[in-house]
Amino acid sequence: MSQLILEQALNGLQFGLMLFLLAAGLTLVFGIMDMINLSHGSLYMGGAYFAAAAAQASGSFAVGILAAVAGMALVGTLLELAVLRHFYKRDHLSQVLATFALILIANELVRMVWGPQPMMLNPPEALSGPVEILGFFYPAYRLLIIGVGLAVALFLYLLVAKTRVGMWVRAGAANREMTEAMGVNVRRLFTAIFALGAALCAIAGALLGPLLAVQVGMGENILILAFVVIVIGGIGSIRGALVGSLLVGVGDTLGRALLPTLLRSVASSEVASNLGPALASILIYALMAAVLFWKPQGLFPARG
Amino acid sequence: MKKLVEPLLLAAAVALPFLLAATGNEFYTGMATRVMIFGLAATALNLIVGYGGMVAFGHAAFFGLGAYGVAILMQHGVTSAWIAWPAAVALAALAALGVGLVSLRTRGVYFIMITLAFAQMLYYLVLSLKNYGGDDGLPLANRSTLAPLDLGSDTGFYLVTLAVLAAALFAMKRLAASRFGSALAGIRQNETRMEALGYPVFGLKLACFVIGGAVAGLAGALMANQHGMASPNLLYWTQSGMLLVMVILGGVGHRYGGLIGAVVLLGLEEVLAGVTDHANLGVGLFLLAVVSFAPRGIAGLLPKGSRE
Amino acid sequence: MSKPLRAALLAAAIASAPAFAADKVKIGFLSTLSGPGAGLGVDIRDGFQLAVKSLGGKVGGLPAEVIVADDAQNPDTAKQTTEKFLKKDKVDFMTGIVFSNLMLAVGKPVFDSHTFYISANAGPSQYAGADCNPYFFNVAWQNDNLHEAVGKYVNDQGFKNVVLLAPNYPGGKDAMSGFKRFYKGKVAEEIYTKMGQLDYAAELAQVRATKPDALFFFLPGGMGINFVKQFVAAGLSKDVRLFAPGFSADEDVIKAVGAPMLGLFNSSHWAHDMDNAANKKFVADFQKEYGRLPSLYASQGYDAALLIDAAVRDSKGKLEDKAAVKKALEAAKFASVRGAFKFNSNHYPVQDYYLRLIRQDGQGRVTNKTMGTIFTQHADAYVGECKMK
Repeated sequence: MSQLILEQALNGLQFGLMLFLLAAGLTLVFGIMDMINLSHGSLYMGGAYFAAAAAQASGSFAVGILAAVAGMALVGTLLELAVLRHFYKRDHLSQVLATFALILIANELVRMVWGPQPMMLNPPEALSGPVEILGFFYPAYRLLIIGVGLAVALFLYLLVAKTRVGMWVRAGAANREMTEAMGVNVRRLFTAIFALGAALCAIAGALLGPLLAVQVGMGENILILAFVVIVIGGIGSIRGALVGSLLVGVGDTLGRALLPTLLRSVASSEVASNLGPALASILIYALMAAVLFWKPQGLFPARG
Repeated sequence: MKKLVEPLLLAAAVALPFLLAATGNEFYTGMATRVMIFGLAATALNLIVGYGGMVAFGHAAFFGLGAYGVAILMQHGVTSAWIAWPAAVALAALAALGVGLVSLRTRGVYFIMITLAFAQMLYYLVLSLKNYGGDDGLPLANRSTLAPLDLGSDTGFYLVTLAVLAAALFAMKRLAASRFGSALAGIRQNETRMEALGYPVFGLKLACFVIGGAVAGLAGALMANQHGMASPNLLYWTQSGMLLVMVILGGVGHRYGGLIGAVVLLGLEEVLAGVTDHANLGVGLFLLAVVSFAPRGIAGLLPKGSRE
Repeated sequence: MSKPLRAALLAAAIASAPAFAADKVKIGFLSTLSGPGAGLGVDIRDGFQLAVKSLGGKVGGLPAEVIVADDAQNPDTAKQTTEKFLKKDKVDFMTGIVFSNLMLAVGKPVFDSHTFYISANAGPSQYAGADCNPYFFNVAWQNDNLHEAVGKYVNDQGFKNVVLLAPNYPGGKDAMSGFKRFYKGKVAEEIYTKMGQLDYAAELAQVRATKPDALFFFLPGGMGINFVKQFVAAGLSKDVRLFAPGFSADEDVIKAVGAPMLGLFNSSHWAHDMDNAANKKFVADFQKEYGRLPSLYASQGYDAALLIDAAVRDSKGKLEDKAAVKKALEAAKFASVRGAFKFNSNHYPVQDYYLRLIRQDGQGRVTNKTMGTIFTQHADAYVGECKMK
């Protein structure tokens, strides 16, 4: 039993870290630019497609990831310059409409280029098997994801906590007007943040591609979870995004895995496997609502 | 002249199904009914967003609950619309009351997010009800019965839907002109001042939220009948997004905003789907153009005299 | 509507129908062409269109108009498109649906409008039993059948402790009951997953903890592709034998997964190496047309078109004469690629089921080879509950 829980916890960690890659960019855009970007999930989808296409063309998974990161950073920059920056000062309703429109456009563009059927993205051959850790076998590829997730988290921490750019970011999240008044070139900073967010999405899309499917609409499900994460963590806070991601990732996975088993003792397996995952999802949203109710600024408020 | 526009439009709407039947285009009667139902749901949302000034991102939940109310009662043998539809409305209103009581204590983006959270909870709740269809949705054995009217025929159902929509739009007009409406307008402009003047701000907003939820529930009850099933997708967040898009597209705070948004959005989808496999690209670009160049929606482009 | 009343109305409709020969045949083909289940719908479509093409674009001698639409594996979309097929396009036949939950969602309006539905895949137990309908024909199998065959094989091989895994939808439930009807050992665990789920980490951990000697999984399309890959990646293939119905072990999955599929025993009513003239032509034509081996889905699509062809021909094109069309469909005078084929009284097939093994063939391809027969002239378990009008 303890081994089962350990394995599920690792799965949760893996999922949580990928959520973090999505949430990190989203929380900065939301926190600093006060922008609701529903099309953030489309960047994730774009990353997965870029990775799959490049990996297929080159035969190398690593090339796929690099192409995805570079490609989506470019797409993100262009998107920010051409469309999104015009909506920073608009109300939230307009932002919702504009970015919802972007979802429709992105989904259709992907369908036009790559067709309606999912694309295949295989993990590198060397990582397609299991490795033995702590006395049981665990997929090597999932360990890679955990490793990359932790590395990116560390990189972001250093970037935000230790560099000048990071200081601007923190200042921007806490008080945008003040930062502008101090002479920081906010426009360029915004573009850079957006490109970074898109690149992080691309990493998540490329890494999750082999585990899930590279398909149209893959961004919509995960986007809402990313919003849950940043609301729980505190809008604008990277640290909050990390904690929120792990809470949601581990909570969702453990709930999905353990609740049906628990419920099976009181209900039929069919009912249990229905109720379990639903309960796990409901719990996550209930947690979000509770945080909003009692601590609307989130667990780690970015604004002082 | 202006006085004639509404009666003329209504007359045209009444004549439409007969015209479609005469020309062998009955299929579009169902389509038009669908558009009106979405128009009703969007109008309900517009009451909350445009009149009440609350950006709710979970309105699909009440829409969906209305549909499930009808479908679940029908599964238990209650076919009469006289019982099932009010019950569906009550269910949606009750849910809106619960959601509103908690959510209205938050502001701005937090309100957006908390309404989203509650809608998703209800979505997953419905998914878990395997006895009521789970992911597959709950089919209706037949349409509700609304004696002495006949809902079985598409034309009959269209006319009932039209009547409900017209009544809702009329009520909206009366509501905007009432003391409740002006109090809401005051709150929208300056909540603190209204509070200082002794208005029960929280109660007024809650009332507005519950009425919007109840009307969405009625739209859901109609939707279940039109579609022949209650589907969990009706509660999913993209559906909430769609309703919000309709409101913004049509015109926030305009009496016809929700309806215009539904007509234009669904109409555009249908027309584009006829000529291309990539209709959503056109829809997306159109929405982007509207939000960029017509910030007050399509209703904002109408001649001045027609505005409320 | 009560059954006698429905029968009376049907009779009245037949009596009053003008029995003119139609000038063309409209077929509404609604299937899953996007998302994780797309591979199945695409194969059915390609098989169907190949047959129509080989018939010179005609069915039963009349020009065929096939209207193809995607249901996106979504009951709402399926319902809306069905509405359009029935009311706007006024199709004569409908076919194509892959997933039973969609089939059950659209069945009622189709039958109510007295349009014949020829299922090239979905074979829900409901329509085989109490809810059987004169307007519904399944030219593939009843959902339970392939699973029954695996269940029997797993039982005969002496496995005693098996985990079952299927998506939580009508087809998944039929799969579990089918398997358990012939497998008599211990079921260590029944795991239902969400339809369309792609990450099986949680379920695999559960399997590891349960330590079964075999695992039976039914996960059509992209779900199965991901599952097998993740099963191998988790290192479970060393201790747990995998068994699957042909759905999860056919060309679509093999193409995506490759070598890890080797050695998987599975069941099917058809295989590309079956030795009959119709099948040889089908397999050769399919490879020529699409450059890949056909899957069982493709064979079912192909047979569906051949059945419609036979029905239109034998009813002399009088498509308004519903009784004549029904009779022609029931007679099923066509050369099925699976060999002998006939309908039971519930409009589901009575046919043989085979054991297949995935291995490398002479050309070095990883593909299925037929190993033997599991059931001969096998019917479904629900036919007794069907009171066909």
